[in-house]
Amino acid sequence: MSIARRVGAPRIVPTRGIPFPTGDPALSPEEERAWRRALVERALEALTTAVAGPTVFAMDGDGSEEETG
Amino acid sequence: MTRVVHYVNQFFAGKGGEDAAGSGPGRLEGPTGPGRRLAQLLGDGFEVVATVHCGDDDASGRPEAIDEIIALVQAERPDLLVAGPAFTSGRYGLVCARLAAAATAAGIPVVAAMHPDNPGVDEAKGAPVVAAGLAAREMGPSLDTLAAAAKVVAAGETITAADGRVGRARRVSTTTDRPAAVRAVDLALARLAGDRESTEIPLPRFDQVTPAPPVEDLTQATVALVTEGGLVPEGNPDRLESARATRWLRYPLDGSEGLVAGQYQSIHGGFSTVWANEDPHRILPLDVARALASDGTVGGLSDAYLVTTGNGTSVGNARRFGVEWAADLRRSGARAAILTAT
Repeated sequence: MSIARRVGAPRIVPTRGIPFPTGDPALSPEEERAWRRALVERALEALTTAVAGPTVFAMDGDGSEEETG
Repeated sequence: MTRVVHYVNQFFAGKGGEDAAGSGPGRLEGPTGPGRRLAQLLGDGFEVVATVHCGDDDASGRPEAIDEIIALVQAERPDLLVAGPAFTSGRYGLVCARLAAAATAAGIPVVAAMHPDNPGVDEAKGAPVVAAGLAAREMGPSLDTLAAAAKVVAAGETITAADGRVGRARRVSTTTDRPAAVRAVDLALARLAGDRESTEIPLPRFDQVTPAPPVEDLTQATVALVTEGGLVPEGNPDRLESARATRWLRYPLDGSEGLVAGQYQSIHGGFSTVWANEDPHRILPLDVARALASDGTVGGLSDAYLVTTGNGTSVGNARRFGVEWAADLRRSGARAAILTAT
């Protein structure tokens, strides 16, 4: 996420791991699909929001997590 | 008389704006638009015999377009091709640079002009490119530079930084009486003295991207899925690179509801692909995106996804992919894209 912000990606949704941006293998299949849907809905929300520069659209309860890669 | 052909995009040829970006190659007699001023600046001894033009989406996105444009240029038996100025327009700049490279390969003297941050600068493969301003309001001084450089090229000489040259020049081996150690120490001393510019190896520059305006009505918008996660059909039939990608690919989704494990794999070389191969939706969220299209949350999904490998990718290639993806998505009717990044 820090890279996305540094190179200037305008709308950023942080996820839980580099190898699985739209998943989370720690969850059950049903929970994982619900998490993925929430991520995509958050991304759609970002797409309908005006931004002036790199902006992070954190997930509720997941927002403080900073990716390093 | 030096016969000059001038290449411009659809806008500067007077054919229209984004609505005409898909138009194919065409030819106009004599100079057009900025070509009129170019012809004045070139002056006696030069004649702009034709203007060749093409829509930016077509020229940057359709593989045969560059060859077709070069064929139109060659039909004029030119002594010189002048392309641009393309300012910071990404698609236009890529096309001007590719034309410069193709003309050079075909033995036609050429010079293109664009802003130093234009991704096209990295595409010229050593063909001459000179600096232009940020936008068309800087047409005047940009044409001054371009015309002066064109005269140098037409005379059979090589343009240099003094002529406004930007980008990678063809590397030529020479001998120097100042060994590397001496030059390195001199550069270090210059830096300590406050010189922050001098270098023998210019680093890639990150440009600033102006965010696109928000999508007004998602229920009417087609959304595309794109990824740099290296997700390709099983077996990687098109041999996408696992690192330092030079290409991107488009694969059909054909209305499918989801990606079947075993039919797709990630060939990304920068992380363990075990989880991606177990469930490709961890890279490309087609299942939930399809559901959101079916329930009307979004107007539709693009019928293909775009993919490359983001692993040690050069800045130049990444910028080119971005410009090409934007053109491809626009042509496909997509209004927004979700790019999953690994």
